[in-house]
Parts: sequence; structure tokens; C-alpha cells
Amino acid sequence: MMHGIINIIRRVYPSYKNKQIFLAFLFVSPWVVGFLIFGLYPIIMSVYYSLCRYDVLRIPQFIGFANYRDLFFDDPYFWKAIWNTLFYTAFRVPLSIIGSLLLAVLVNNAVRGIKIFRTIFFMPSIIAGVVLSVIWLWMLNPQYGLINSALLFFGVTGPLWLQSAEWSKPALILMSLWSIGGGRMIVFLAALQGIPQQLYEVVDIDGGSWWNKFWNVTVPMMSPVIFLWIVLEVMFSFQVFTEAYVMTQGGPLNSTLFYNLYLYYKAFDDFEMGYASAMAWILLVITLIVTLAQFKIGRKWVYYEGDQAGK
Amino acid sequence: MKRNKLYRNITVYAALAIVSLVLILPFLWIISTSLKGDEDIFTTPPQWIPTDLRWENYSTVFDRMPYIIYFRNSVFVTVMTIIGVVLSSSLVAYAFACLRWPGRNALFIFVLATMMLPMQVTMIPMFVLFKELGWLNTYKPLIVPAFFGGGAFNIFLLRQFFLTIPKELFEAARIDGCSEFRIYWNIVLPLAKPALATVAILTFMFSWNDFLGPLIYLSDQLKGTLALGLALFVGQHQTEWGMLMAASVLMMIPMVLIFFFFQRYFIKGFVMSGIKG
Repeated sequence: MMHGIINIIRRVYPSYKNKQIFLAFLFVSPWVVGFLIFGLYPIIMSVYYSLCRYDVLRIPQFIGFANYRDLFFDDPYFWKAIWNTLFYTAFRVPLSIIGSLLLAVLVNNAVRGIKIFRTIFFMPSIIAGVVLSVIWLWMLNPQYGLINSALLFFGVTGPLWLQSAEWSKPALILMSLWSIGGGRMIVFLAALQGIPQQLYEVVDIDGGSWWNKFWNVTVPMMSPVIFLWIVLEVMFSFQVFTEAYVMTQGGPLNSTLFYNLYLYYKAFDDFEMGYASAMAWILLVITLIVTLAQFKIGRKWVYYEGDQAGK
Repeated sequence: MKRNKLYRNITVYAALAIVSLVLILPFLWIISTSLKGDEDIFTTPPQWIPTDLRWENYSTVFDRMPYIIYFRNSVFVTVMTIIGVVLSSSLVAYAFACLRWPGRNALFIFVLATMMLPMQVTMIPMFVLFKELGWLNTYKPLIVPAFFGGGAFNIFLLRQFFLTIPKELFEAARIDGCSEFRIYWNIVLPLAKPALATVAILTFMFSWNDFLGPLIYLSDQLKGTLALGLALFVGQHQTEWGMLMAASVLMMIPMVLIFFFFQRYFIKGFVMSGIKG
């Protein structure tokens, strides 16, 4: 078998060092095998399931595009889930990016003890998933939680947060902002430190203000990194699941029924695997469209040093 | 000018202090709640220092929840996942960074493109596949995939690091008749320890906190991981905040310890991934 593979490679690439190619093939084989089994095969099956009625117990029953039609025309929860997810994304992404950027500018000051502050800022971001959810369930308690106690300290009566359909999404967005000092801030900080000082000096010579420096030097020089993180954050926000599952189970009044939560309920509570597969494909298409659109818009505002051809 | 600098430093410190306070208060609040009885918990304004320290909250957690079993399960899944990810992603990254072969760059771009794929697309067929294999209620669905490639992001991270190793090292070893596997194992891996540590820690964070995976694949209660156990616990003890916060603190401790011991690797990982992309 091995011999056969070597022979095939020999025949296809007679002029290369056969041994190196064969070895390279061996080294990447874990990924290739993994991709075939845990990537390509599931993708193909997922397309097929999305065209079927399938409850795992009986064999899939082909029904054409019925799942997609039902989703688009007969399922108000589907649209609710899309709305909730878009709302969450529309606020979480800009707020978290701006928050991290401001913190990065702050910890870029070379004052004594700055490393300790960076560590403190980073700490919350290591808390994630279920623990984060449980902690914030208590933090957001309308009567005795820390958030509303703090608001009361300033004379404001806080909302019902997770118990109100109006405030449940803002509550989850607020929770996500606890980690603005994490990896994102570190990346922004590294990018800030990579900006050549001469650029700022030029602004100084021209008599520019702090704002001129920030808007005309910092932002353009950091735009590739900011852009990358906007793309990533949108993807993360589309995937939000654990918080809603643990904290609200989609309520109240389906106000936190996010796309992936609804998909999960369909697949693993109702065992409508075909329907859920169709949802997964719609999510993929939405993700692709949004990402492509971002790249298109990005071309207008992202500044790449040394021209586009640089990398 | 000097006065200006003084003012500036005062402003910076004030801002740093305020932000730190806001970010750190939740931790203190949770620890404080975990040591309180109900009479201290349900008060307005909040009582920061408990009137008497209720360490029982912690022992109650151990009584009501098989914490040790969950902990052991979590450690097992996490350690196995880390081993799989580190071994396989470094192998693959070696081929992309240190070997020359046709189609290398095209395949690398393809590997990166797979990061775009939402896991929901593969989740259902994988569940069906693992069900057919009889792997439900075992740790295999959580561990085995880690040994096959170890994730596009980790491959990317390690490739970036391997590229910084001087080419002369490989050439010298090859001329001495060193096999590629030995170059990988005896030269590249030892040199790449910081990058491997970063991958290991990011994998730890992901695996330790993973909820959806265990939720789908582990239905037997005693097989659960800590994340799963804690989620179940919340459902059962909804208003017993003292005990719930004690359980949360217990789950946070390993993460916080790892963070403090390996801080620089956390930061390195983000810097390595974020800039060169």
C-alpha cells in the first residue's frame, strides 16, 4: 500500500525529491484524514439531511426543499432568532472593539506598574462559558445583584435585566463586555506599539492635536488588525449559545432565542435533524455573505502598509 | 512641561484605577457571596464582608454534587485533548513550514478557510456518526478529533512560529543524515516550546470551558464534565446563591491558577496570531 502511494507520487512528480514529498504527505496526513472524516463527510451529509425529514431513529426521508420553505415562510421563531442574533451582534461587536481599543490606548502608557494593570484587565477574559453564565446570573439579579446595587448607589433603579424581554439582550451584551481587556486588547496593544513614532512627530510638527494623532495616525495604522477582529467578533457573535442556554433558555418571551440556541433545540430536543441541518446551512450562507460584504467595505477603509501587494 | 507630565500621569493612573476596580469587583463580589449565608446575601445595600464566614457553602457543594468525579472527567478530557492537539497540529505545521512540496501554499490557504465553517454545519452528522460508532456517552467524540489535525488555528499559530527558526539548522541536520521525523522531534519541538505552550494553554481554555460538546455527547450524569455539572447544578439550586457561587469559585480556581503560572504564554499566543495575519 505504502509502496503503491510512493510509486504514484513518483510518477506524478518525477522531478521532485520523492522522499520529501512522501514525508510531507505523511506529516499532513493527520489533518487530511481528520478533514475527510470530521469535515468533508459531515458537510456532505449535512446537505443531504437538510433535504430530509430525519429524527435519527428512522432512516432519513427525502423531502426536497420543504425544510427551507418551512423555515422561511412558516416559522416565526426562525425570524425571531435571526433578529435576536443580529441585534446582539450589532451592539456587541462595535462596543467590544471600541472598548478594547480604548483600554489598549490606556495600557500603552509607559507608567510604573503598568504590567500589573494589564494583568488585572486580562483576568475577566479567562472566565468563560458556564461559569461566566452562572456568575452573571447572580450579578444581574434585579434586586440583590451587583449591577443593580451599583446603579442604586448612583441613584438609578436598574431594570429587570434577564427577567425582562426588553433588557435581556442588553444584559448579555453587557456581560460580554466584561472581557474587553482580554486577547483582543493585547493584540491591539501590540499593534499600537508597532506604529512608528515618527508618524506622531510629523503631526506634532504640523501642530496637530491629540485627536489628530488618534484619527489620522493610530486608526489608519491599526485598521488591518481592527478589521480582522471585527470579522472574528461577528463570527463569534453569530455563534452565541452557552450564555443563553444556561441563563435564560431563550426567554423571556423568546427574547434571547438566538440562532444557535434554536438550532440546538430543534436538533437535540425535538430531534428534527433535517430541519436543524437546513438552519445550519442558512447560517453558513449568512456568515459568508456578511464576511464578503465586510471585505468589500473593508477595502475602502482598511489601510495596508506598503500597498495591497505587500502580502 | 514637567507639570504637564505630572497631570498626565495622574489622569492615567486615575483611569487605570477606575477600570481595574470595575473589572475586579465582580470577582470580589462572587468570593464574598460564596462565603455568605442567606441573611447576608439578600440585603440592600449589599453587605461586602459577611457577618460570619460560611465555609459550609463549599462543603455543601461537595455533598450535593459529585464534584470530584466531574473534576476528574474534565481533567481527563482536557489533558487528552491537549496531547492530541499539540502532537498533531505540530506535525502538520512542520509540513507547512519546514518541508517543500507542490501544492503546499494552496493547501495551507484551504486549511485556513476551514476556520470559516460554523461548527453547526458539521455538528449533526458528527452526532449521527458517533452514534453509529457507539461512541455516545464516551469521551471519544470529544478527544479523538483532536488527534486529527488539532484545529486550523493551532496549525496556523505553530507554522508562523516554525517559520522563524533559521533554515540553516534544518539543512545542517539533513546533511548529517538526520531523518525528517528526528528533525521535527529533536530540533523543532524543543525550540518551539513557547509556541507549543501557547497552543496547549489555549486548548486548555477551550476544552475546560467547552459546554456544547459534553452537552451533546454525554448524557450519563456521572460522565459529565465540570461545565456540564455546573449547568445542571444551577437548574437544581436556582436561588441558593451562596452555594452556587462556591461551586463557581471551585471551577474558576484551575483556570486562574493556570493563568497566573503561564501568563506570558497567554499573551504571546494572541500577539503571534493577531499581528502576522
